[in-house]
Amino acid sequence: MQKDSFTGTLVVAGLICIVCSFFVSGAAITLKDKQEENKVLDIKKNLLLASGLAKDSKITEEEIEIAFQNIQAQVIDLETGDVLEDIAPESFNQRKAAKDQTMNKTISAEDDVAGIKQRSKYAKIYKVIDTDQQTTQMYIFPIHGKGLWSTLYGFLALDNDLQTVKGIGFYEHAETPGLGGEVDNPQWKATWQGKKIYDEDFEVRLHLIKGKVSESDSQNLFKIDGLSGATITSNGVTHLIDYWFGHDGFKPFIAKHLQQEGSLSWKK
Amino acid sequence: MEKIKKVVVDPLFNNNPIALQVLGICSALAVTTKMDKSLVMCAAVIAVTALSNYSVSLIRKIIPSSIRIIVQMTIIASLVIMADQILKAYVYDIAKELSVFVGLIITNCIVMGRAEGFAMKNPPFLSLMDGIGNGIGYSLILVYVAFFRELLGTGKILGFTILTPTTEGGWYTPNGLALLAPSAFFLIGLFIWALRTWKPEQIEEVQ
Repeated sequence: MQKDSFTGTLVVAGLICIVCSFFVSGAAITLKDKQEENKVLDIKKNLLLASGLAKDSKITEEEIEIAFQNIQAQVIDLETGDVLEDIAPESFNQRKAAKDQTMNKTISAEDDVAGIKQRSKYAKIYKVIDTDQQTTQMYIFPIHGKGLWSTLYGFLALDNDLQTVKGIGFYEHAETPGLGGEVDNPQWKATWQGKKIYDEDFEVRLHLIKGKVSESDSQNLFKIDGLSGATITSNGVTHLIDYWFGHDGFKPFIAKHLQQEGSLSWKK
Repeated sequence: MEKIKKVVVDPLFNNNPIALQVLGICSALAVTTKMDKSLVMCAAVIAVTALSNYSVSLIRKIIPSSIRIIVQMTIIASLVIMADQILKAYVYDIAKELSVFVGLIITNCIVMGRAEGFAMKNPPFLSLMDGIGNGIGYSLILVYVAFFRELLGTGKILGFTILTPTTEGGWYTPNGLALLAPSAFFLIGLFIWALRTWKPEQIEEVQ
């Protein structure tokens, strides 16, 4: 058989494809468990980083597990804001649920500012418990929304007043490194601390602006520095905050909680 | 033996893929803000160039010339995907930072250039060595650029503080430019300048 003949070409091309696909799929399958493990650990780590429980991204696996002893996961119904006791948080996967016909909800176009189309009916939130006093110190909410190239997945931590930001972190996105990718920049993330989500009318007010927030701005508690050179990613972050803390997101849960504690002076 | 030594050592200074052939510049800008990132990238590139050279050379006599580029590409792409999978499994954090750039090794001209230019005409072992040599030649520049960018940009090397920056109470004001892509151009330029002063035969003729 001539190597340059028609059949020769086809045979070689076919064989190369088979051999290569064998190696590629082999690598993908054998390494999958290990990668999944890394992913889970990374989500936990980001949760800790977002909440400020871990300062350094070089935290070890053991430290992560120890820190997680003070963290309690809960599954809540986004519609009513109730905690669902019958769904075990360990087995609930919000991202899978968002794709599951029986567990998801299509978001109406007018509400869908974050561009995510569907969301899970339920959400898994985390409470950071102070073990000595049995009180909740912090609430951590999963958030996601469209940026420029990708959907950004992350966490936002609120103080126990459910209003003041403790931290934010994204564990998965594919924004342009150096521009939109700066959502991972620790210095930028640090500027979120102490900002307020809601205004006095209990509407989501926190947003990213173009350029830097000035110290003298009386509204600066509601403003975050925009990411330079990344307008669309910045808008995406604004929108996902808007969505997830709005009436289709965690607002019912937050309202209910504040009411229970009697600290809600806002109208619902 | 002499020949093997030549194919490994030549790409370091005499025929450096970045400095003389000016290939693979884009990734040299993108992944050199930190040393650890660069080192992982280097390891991946060395592995891919070496193995792609080896595999292409193994089957060089049966590759039909009409589809040889596609065949090389398929082999390189498969190796890159495997490298990416391995990095994601074992050095997840760095793999996450490198993100697309591991995948972009596919488009790194050095890999393709060596497969087409060397491995198609030479026996497997020699090609393997040539791949390693060129990979190291590329790595040499990457590590050199990353060393200065991380040091000048953050005052650290591999995460250890060398020059204490003012933000942490030291005296060193980190140079923001070092963290941006243009600084890599300056550093590569300086390297080429130094290299061509040392080896004047690399200077191109004025046309």
